[in-house]
Formats: sequence, structure tokens, C-alpha cells
Amino acid sequence: MNLDKLLPNLGEWLRGTGPESDVVLSTRIRLARNLADLPFGTRATAAHKGEVVARAKEAVAKAGAAHKLEYLDIPNIAALDRQFLVERQLISRELAGGLDGPRGVAFDPTETASVMVNEEDHLRLQVLRSGFALDDAWRDIDRLDDALEQRLSYAFHAQFGYLTACPTNVGTGMRASVMLHLPALGLTKQIDKVFRALQKINLAVRGLHGEGSRAFGDLYQISNHVTLGKSEPKILNEIREVIVTILDYERKARTALLKERRQAEHDRAARAIGTLGSATMITTEETMELLSAVRLGIHLHLLDGIPVTAVNQLFIHTQSAHLQKLAGHALDGEERNAARAKYLKTKLRELNSHRQ
Amino acid sequence: MKCERCPKQATMHITEVLGDRYEEVHVCEDCANKYLAEPAKKKGAAKKKGAPATADGPDEAPPAVGPACPACGLSYLEFRNQGRFGCAHDYDAFKAELLPLLESIHGDVRHVGKAPRRVPRAQGAQVELTALRRKLQQLVTEENYEEAARVRDRIKELENG
Repeated sequence: MNLDKLLPNLGEWLRGTGPESDVVLSTRIRLARNLADLPFGTRATAAHKGEVVARAKEAVAKAGAAHKLEYLDIPNIAALDRQFLVERQLISRELAGGLDGPRGVAFDPTETASVMVNEEDHLRLQVLRSGFALDDAWRDIDRLDDALEQRLSYAFHAQFGYLTACPTNVGTGMRASVMLHLPALGLTKQIDKVFRALQKINLAVRGLHGEGSRAFGDLYQISNHVTLGKSEPKILNEIREVIVTILDYERKARTALLKERRQAEHDRAARAIGTLGSATMITTEETMELLSAVRLGIHLHLLDGIPVTAVNQLFIHTQSAHLQKLAGHALDGEERNAARAKYLKTKLRELNSHRQ
Repeated sequence: MKCERCPKQATMHITEVLGDRYEEVHVCEDCANKYLAEPAKKKGAAKKKGAPATADGPDEAPPAVGPACPACGLSYLEFRNQGRFGCAHDYDAFKAELLPLLESIHGDVRHVGKAPRRVPRAQGAQVELTALRRKLQQLVTEENYEEAARVRDRIKELENG
């Protein structure tokens, strides 16, 4: 598979469409599954892992037309390509670098469905949807799971459900997460209050790249914590209720911002564009923070002529591995910051000329 | 064989795993119940089902190595240290220790929700029951009464389902 052909695409999670896309970037559901007769990752030899890969590849190849998944061997691809797949949310950081031995990922060309092989569990199925789409994502992944199960014998226990390498995933093996853009709650200092409330009801909050990652650019992932004792629809409903509440808070905060300090917010968004378009060195973090201000400006109708998809494209293309693939060669830290600034300047100038 | 603790016939044969060596205890049913109710007296002694590690001495024993999985060899202590299971069989091998852990993580110990389509839920329990009954017979033939009792309890649990 030539990964370069993915480069111009936004990928499903940044498509910028779907329900409630002014606040919800994407919905993701993953299922952890293991094969009944092979040891889990920490006890598996290279031969065991090879066997998992062989069976998974066959099952994926025959999984039916709904998801034409193509398999990619991770040990065979360059570190930069692995990082590229992490940035596109197709594989985890662990699969890219933390693990060794035979492992890989199968995904479809639209980047909505993927199956990681030999991550913490033998299989990690994932479906990504743009916007707030828990039901659609569940329907898709349920089908994919059924299709794989016809050819694989899953480790399933009458009492404990789907057995997983870590006891925190046992039962449904399901983690549903919704990626939210919450700049107004951040600006009005209400975000901590919201998250404290979430932790009390057993939902987890994480940054862009999952566990342990910082929340850059006002992006947060909300996901379920409990996987045992509740059915999948029940878990999804609990998340849905919470997201609806947070959506409401964020929108109210946005309305309040517009009402109380319209001029100041307009200025903030305009300055963000100014910095993005004139810097000569810029880090990923600063880019994400500024793009967050631009995105908010667009949704508050303070900035004309910049489509959200353009912001999403800038967002994904300024991530380190994307930037290096665009440049066509590896770049060190300083070179990356310069290349990022140059890319942003060029793109924003193009956008400007389209507007006039 | 005579019971090691009273004149009755020994019907229970218990193998204690003490780190890297084993100790066999042959007792009658009454003495076995007493034996199993005793707190683990030696360091590293296997924690028995229904006999929680009661801290009745001033020096609390270090965490027991606990049972080991017959399929992958992972011990319960190793599982606790790394937080990851070695294979699907660990869930049964460590079941007694696992229940409180799952309760604290999930607030529940029983799966509700999707089951593999190939094994419909009710049938899933049936398949397990059939396998357990076969295993029970085998264990009785082998005179492995301790494990047999555990299997019998599980069968009852499933039957009451």
C-alpha cells in the first residue's frame, strides 16, 4: 500500500461534517478481541504472534465487501510512516513503537474502519465517524465484528464476556470515545468543573492521542470507563446523554462570549490567523492552539470565507510526520518548525486569494 | 490412606504450592475444612478459595504468589505486577482473586451485552456446562477433589443462572 496517496485526504476523523460538527469532531468505537487458543501479547512468542497475524489477515481479507480492508505489516514500514498512521488515528502509539514482533493494521481506503493486530489484544477493531455518530459507528463495528467472528474463534467467557489482556477492558471490550472541541468552556474557565463531574460518573477524559496525552487545541476525548456489566447500547446511551449536556454547555458559553465580548473574540481569531500566516518558526502545539481560535472564530461567524475543512487540513498537515511526508524527507525539530510555518503561510495565502 | 490429623480415612488430597516446592496434605473431609479455613501459615503459601489472607499476626505476610494458570504458566502475582493476563484461561485460574478486582474496576462481575453470534448466549452457558460436567467426572476419577469442588460450584452457579 502506498501511504502517500492518503496524504491529500483529511481522513474520516477530520472530515469536518456529520451531526453536531460545530463541537464534535469525531466519534470512535473500538472493540478488543482475542483468539481463544493463543496466548495474549505479554506471553506470546514471535511464532504465536505470527499465527495471530496469519489468521487475522485471512479473516480480514474475507470479511465481506462492506469494509475492504487492506493489511499493512508494521515492522516492514519506516518509523515516519508509522507516525503518519498514528497522526491519522489509524494505529496507536504502542503499535507504532512500543511493541515488537509481528504486528500490523488493516484499514479501508476511506479510513473509517481499521483492525490493529497484536496490539495489547490480538485484535483491536476500530470504526471512526465524522461528527457525533455513536449509533452509526456501533452499527458498523458490530457488523465488522460479526464478519471477523465467522472466521475466528474469539475468547469468550459465559460470565466475563469477551476476554481481554487487561481486566479494564473485559466484558464488552468496547471503548467508545467522542472527540470534542471545547474552546469556549476553556476560555470561560468552566472546563475543569465539567471534567470533575464526568469523573464522578465514570467517564474518562483524555487528550488528542489518548491515555496520558495532553489536551492541545481544546480537543478532548470523552470515553466510557466501564466495560463489564452494561450492554453496549446502555454504555453508548450513557455517553450520549453526557455529550449532549456538554454540547449544550459549550454552545451556551459560545453564545455568552459573543454577547459579552464579541470584539475581543473577533480580535483573537484575527490575530491567530495573523500569527499562523506570518510566523517563520512554529511548533505543533502553538499551531494547534491558534487553529483552535480560528475554528472557534469560524463557528462564531466572526471570520468569513475560511471553511472548517481548511482548518482541519492545516491541522493534520502540520503534524510532524505529515509535514515530513509533504516535504519528501526527514526534518529535525528546528527544520520542522520552519517547514510548518512555511506551509501555513503558503496555504493561508492561497485561501486569501480564493476569497478575493 | 489415613487422615494426617485424625484417625479417619483421608478423602481430600491437597497440594500446597510453596514458591518452587510442593507440600502434600492428606486429610479427611472435616479436617480439610478446618485446614482450608486456616490462614495461610507459611510465606508464599497458595491462597485458598474461601480462605482470605486474614492478617491476624502482627507481621502481615507479603502478597501470595497465588495460583498459576495451567495453560500459560502465569502466576497471580505476576498478573498483579504487570496488570496483564497471559491467556484466556487466566480468567478461570484466578477467578476467586479476580472477582473483587473486577468489582472494584467495573462495579460488576458479570457480562451483559453482545456474545459471539456463533454461540448464542443460552447455548454458551450450555456449552460450558457440558464441558464442566465432563471435567468434573475426570477430576473425580483423578481424585482431585479440591478442583472438583470448585467445578461443582461453578456448575451450580450456571444451573441457577
